[in-house]
Order: sequence, then C-alpha cells, then structure tokens
Amino acid sequence: MQFNRKHLLGLEELTAEEIRMILDTAVPFKEISERQIKKVPVLRGKTIINLFFEPSTRTRISFEFAEKRLSADTIHVGVSQSSVVKGETLVDMARNLEAMRIDMVVIRHPASGAPAFLAERIDSNVINAGDGWHEHPTQGLLDMLTLRDEFGKLKGLKVVIVGDVVHSRVARSNIWGLKKMGAKVGVCGPPTLVPRSLEAMGVEIYPRIEDVLAEADAINVLRIQLERMQSNMFPSLGEYNRLYGISTEKLEKAGRDVLILHPGPMNRGVEIDSDVADGDYQVILKQVTNGVAVRMAVLFLLAGGKPARAAEVAATLE
Amino acid sequence: MNAGAKNRERRILDAQMMNRSMRRIAHEILEQNQGSEALLVVGIQTRGVNLAQRLVGYIKEIEGVRVPTGKLDITLYRDDLRHTPVQPIVRSTDLPPDVTGKRIILVDDVLFTGRTIRAALDALIDFGRPDRIMLAVLVDRGHREFPIRADFAGKTLSTKKEEKVVVRIKEVDGTDGVWIEPSSQ
Repeated sequence: MQFNRKHLLGLEELTAEEIRMILDTAVPFKEISERQIKKVPVLRGKTIINLFFEPSTRTRISFEFAEKRLSADTIHVGVSQSSVVKGETLVDMARNLEAMRIDMVVIRHPASGAPAFLAERIDSNVINAGDGWHEHPTQGLLDMLTLRDEFGKLKGLKVVIVGDVVHSRVARSNIWGLKKMGAKVGVCGPPTLVPRSLEAMGVEIYPRIEDVLAEADAINVLRIQLERMQSNMFPSLGEYNRLYGISTEKLEKAGRDVLILHPGPMNRGVEIDSDVADGDYQVILKQVTNGVAVRMAVLFLLAGGKPARAAEVAATLE
Repeated sequence: MNAGAKNRERRILDAQMMNRSMRRIAHEILEQNQGSEALLVVGIQTRGVNLAQRLVGYIKEIEGVRVPTGKLDITLYRDDLRHTPVQPIVRSTDLPPDVTGKRIILVDDVLFTGRTIRAALDALIDFGRPDRIMLAVLVDRGHREFPIRADFAGKTLSTKKEEKVVVRIKEVDGTDGVWIEPSSQ
C-alpha cells in the first residue's frame, strides 16, 4: 500500500486503508521518543514552517517535537509576530515563505478551510493543525491510536463524544475517522451544542450522560469553552457539570469500565472532575505521547519515501 | 508460485547447510570474543531478526549462556528515501536503552552494496558508544559500494549484480534456504 497524498487536510477525505497506514506507521515511531538520543535523520534537510494563527500549546509543541525528532529544520510563526498584523494575506505570506524554499507548512487557522485554500495555491505539503470548526485530523488520529492501543481494535467499538460537538473540529475529525474504521460513534451534550442535524454524519445522539456511561466503551470529553456560555448556549458551568460533567459518582453509578479521553486543555470541575482526570480510567497523557508519534508518522508519510515535487517524480521515472 | 519461476531459481544453500553455517558463525563469534561477555546480538529487520534469534540459540547450546538480542529497523536512516518510488514500511526497533560498552554482533541475511549496513551503523551509534560492532551475514554476495566487510559470513557467493539473492527463513517464508534468481525480465 502506498500513501499518495500530498496534504493532510482532514480525515473526511481519507480511506480506511490510509488511516490504518498512518496508525501502523505511528507505532514504531513511539520508540524514538523513548531513546536517549531522540532523533532519526529521515527528514534531514527538509524545512517546515509552523503557521499558527490561533493560540496553541499542546499541538504546537507536539508538531515541533515530531519535526525535530525527524531532523527537519523548523520555524514557528505565531500570528502576533507575523506580517498578518500588517495586513498581508495568507496566500501572499505563504508564497513569500515558499520563495525561501520550504517543504512543508503546518497550519492552524480560525477559518474553516484555510489549509485547503492554501494547499491549492502553494507547492509545499500542507498539514492541517486545526481549522475553525472543520477538522483537526492529527488529533483524530492520535485519539484513534490511543483507542486502538487500549482495545486492540477500532471496529465495533462504541465511542461517544461529549460536549460542544457542533463547534468542535476535534469531534468532526473523530467522527469521520472512527466511522471509517468501523466504530460506532455517539454524541452527547446540551441540544444547543449537539443539534439533531449531526445525525446526518451517521452518529447516534444521546440526550443523557447516564445512557452514555451505560453503553460506551470510551468517552471523548470535549473542552467547554467559556464563550459558549456567554452566548447563551447553556445556562451555567455548574449546571453543565451537573448534567454532563464526568464525575467519579456518575462512573460508579454506571458500574462498568469506561475509558476516558480528553483532547485538552481541561476545565477541571466543568466537563471533567479532577478525580476522573487523574483517575484509573483516563488515558489523557497517553494521548499526548501518542500525538508526537502520530505527527511523526504523518510528516514521514507526506515527505518521505517519495519525491516532494512533481519535477523530481518525473526525474525518477525516467 | 508458478512452475516457470521455480525453474529459474537456483538453490545455493539448503536448510541443513544454512543451519550449519549459522552454527559455525556462532562458534566463530565466541572464539573471536573469547566467550559471550558483553555480547549483544542485533538483527536488522526483517530476516536479520530471525537469524539473530538462531545465532543466540546456537550460542546458548555451545556456551550455556543466553546473550541479549535486539531488533533494528533502518528505514529512517536510508539514503534512498527521496529516490525510491515505493513507500517503505517502518518496522519496530527494540534495543537496550544504552549500548555503551557492548560488543554488538549486527546480523543481516545478505551483504550486497553495504548501504543497509551503513545505515545500521548510523542508527546503532545514535543509541550510545558500543565497544565494537561486528557484522555477521548469512550470504556475502559482493558488489560493495561502501568500504564495509563482514566479520562472519555463512557463504560467500560470486553473483552478477542484476541477479537476486533470495533468503528464505522458516519463521517468515515457511522454508529455510538460499536461492539465486536471474534478473527478472
């Protein structure tokens, strides 16, 4: 099987085979981060720009580690330090960067579709590190890798995403990816954040968290953004916690093992209680570790094993 | 496998000859290292890993000591990633956390251009500073492109560069032995 994509823009357009290949490739990459010298030379000489138009700690650091452990040269551009504040457009900025001979762009952007827009206009490989409400494909992949590590498979698993599903790119990438891999996906949260229209994505809607706890193999708990409360999506954080927050009490009442994932950053005491966040059923830090391996696999598959540019492809085929 | 393909292959080593060679290499390793002290047998993915296991088995028979083993995948150290049209598969690497002070026996099935061994040396050195690295191969078929040689070789073959040397191992291929295939045309 050959990974022929030039960009990673979302999981919606990937096949199950391609997703499996990324996850399988990520497994041996985990070991590199356990070495004393955490570096292999495979992307030596490749230049990668991380363009972050939104704040990020975890994703940004995870990408940077992945790039550096593969020996790529990387530069981080945060929006506040960039020429965007002077009014430069995204495409002009990227073209200028390409004129300095870069190979890949990792982009996080508040507008859905910004990575795809860029991918159509520049030669470099583009990796989506989260765009608006659209997708966050590497988060979806690392969640799936973590689930596969814990259960040994994805097919037939029942995974429920709890929280602000409609505004969540993490939820969207998880839904597309898990469905393709044969998992059953559910969503749960207040009706303002989990509208009926989500059923079109092929997910089951759970109005009550108690039903989720009784049925799910794993729960992916999304962060509740405070802005949503200010825009009257739900009445109060306390009420959200009472109705949908994952607590030890609710877990005990369910009386069965449910694996808890959280993409971070957590609001302890809102969507997840502290004792659950630190408890036996969560794999939150394993997700973070897997994130580096998954991103290494994506970078390797997009850059390695085949020439990055069309002219080189033509040259090798001669 | 069709009959035509079978006829084109020439068998160089059968199972018995192959295992005799591996047993002899085990003796030579112990002789040259004056025992099994500090030895670490590292197989290169994939068939080198199986051959390394066998070597360790023979060393156990001869010396009564089970020496540690490791696996090495060299995909990320290859010098041809940009040039190969086929996506290589990354396999697992499993080595002790520190190889400093070890006498490493690197094991592969066929020694040809030496490029795999060059990559393996780079990879091993990223894990620490071994005392010595020695190379054991089942078949040395010549046509080196780098200044690399085997310390232990089961069989030295003179081959044409376009021929293919095929090593089959029971654990992977269901049978033991070494064959030469003429260049596929």
